[in-house]
Amino acid sequence: MRITAHITTTTSIVALIGCLGFAPSIASADEAADLAAGKKLSFDRKKGNCLACHEIAGGSLAGNIGPPLVAMKARFPDYEKLRAQISDARTNNPNTIMIPFGPHAVMSSKEIDLVSTFIYTL
Amino acid sequence: MIKIATALSVMLIAATPFAAQATPDDDLKAFRSYFTKKFPNVPVNDFVNGVYAVDSASREQWEAFEEFPSYEIAVDNGEGKFNKKFANGKGYADCFPNYKKGIKQNYPYFDTDSGKVVTMESAINKCRTDNGEKKLKWKKGAITEISAYLASLSRGHKTNVKVPNDAKAIAIYNRGKKHFYAKRGQLNMSCADCHYYYSGSKIRADILSPALGHTTGFPVYRNKWAGMGTLHRRYGGCNKQVRAKPFKAQSDEYTALEYFHTYMSNGLELNGPSQRK
Ligand code: HEC
Ligand code: HEC
Repeated sequence: MRITAHITTTTSIVALIGCLGFAPSIASADEAADLAAGKKLSFDRKKGNCLACHEIAGGSLAGNIGPPLVAMKARFPDYEKLRAQISDARTNNPNTIMIPFGPHAVMSSKEIDLVSTFIYTL
Repeated sequence: MIKIATALSVMLIAATPFAAQATPDDDLKAFRSYFTKKFPNVPVNDFVNGVYAVDSASREQWEAFEEFPSYEIAVDNGEGKFNKKFANGKGYADCFPNYKKGIKQNYPYFDTDSGKVVTMESAINKCRTDNGEKKLKWKKGAITEISAYLASLSRGHKTNVKVPNDAKAIAIYNRGKKHFYAKRGQLNMSCADCHYYYSGSKIRADILSPALGHTTGFPVYRNKWAGMGTLHRRYGGCNKQVRAKPFKAQSDEYTALEYFHTYMSNGLELNGPSQRK
């Protein structure tokens, strides 16, 4: 709900700025909303719950089972590799403790896209 | 969702690679040395204190709790219940003639006659049904009071679980070992993931306790439960955390797990009942 409201506001601002002639593309409004949704899913205990194991900027009481999620673009020049790690960490480490979010249907493919997009900004 | 989780966990248990050749004694040595290497500053017998052996930040608060422990009343109630005669005039003391000397360190044990493993709680209820009384509920309430009393009389005794060279005993031990290492639940985690490989790490704000010494302090009074619970109650909680369907308390599965899990703490002193957050 809140996300929708957010989109509307952002879009109307964009539209307004658009009239003034220096519009950032509509896509960036969508991007902001996607990032907010991805962050929310990452922190949600019933969804990603990434903070259980990883430090993430903006989250508190993080665990330390996995490495802090920082400098993701440097660690994953290829975005698809990052997405694959988040969808099914067993590809890299068959005995990993990290949850196979995709194959075990903890998150949908769309949700994994949103989470990956957000994580990629860290 | 629950159905998916169960189906997955069954699949995964079947798929877990598993070597059964090692003897229980080999396992114990490897288990012990893993933890003493991982926590070189923790004296072996300190592992009986669960997470507080490795979490210095919350240890002080826990020690304060232990000064006026919430389980004390359970021990008192348990003593009263233990000494109350059954309708047939007999009592628990007839089933457990050596109870005053401390007996809990010998549980769970393999009973050659039945080919089954007997836990402290199952022995308490068998004593009741043999004497024409109804079974007590397995996870909390009266049974934890009686076992808390028996645990208190066993403090200081060393865990002394035996796996005799009997195919049935070894099969039960191996079933428990398999449960401990198998990934399960929708979240796909094993007991070993949290309490072996990542013991001492933080999962969210909680530090994960080492599995070595896990069994010595039970039954426990847990603040979160606002009451006492058995080891099998805790097993159920830990299974649920990973969205796996818990087994029933005192099921063959949890009894096998307790057999393996307690065997791994052989030689460590009993210190139950204890207090947990
Ligand atoms: C139960 C623990 C756990 C949870 C929950 C978890 N992870 Fe992980 N993660 C790990 C561990 C441990 C590693 C280290 C590699 C391994 O052992 O597989 C890891 C590795 C990673 C890596 C690779 C880091 C690198 O630089 O190599 C990324 C990215 C990652 N996790 C993202 C996530 C995201 C996003 C979530 C939530 C949607 C998440 N993790 C949830 C435990 C976890
Ligand atoms: C997702 C992580 C996780 C998994 C998987 C897990 N546990 Fe736990 N367990 C915890 C946490 C967190 C606690 C509370 C802090 C502590 O004592 O470690 C706990 C506590 C316990 C305790 C109480 C220890 C004490 O001293 O009071 C026992 C016993 C236990 N777990 C056994 C198991 C067993 C057996 C399994 C597998 C069936 C299991 N756990 C699986 C996270 C887990």
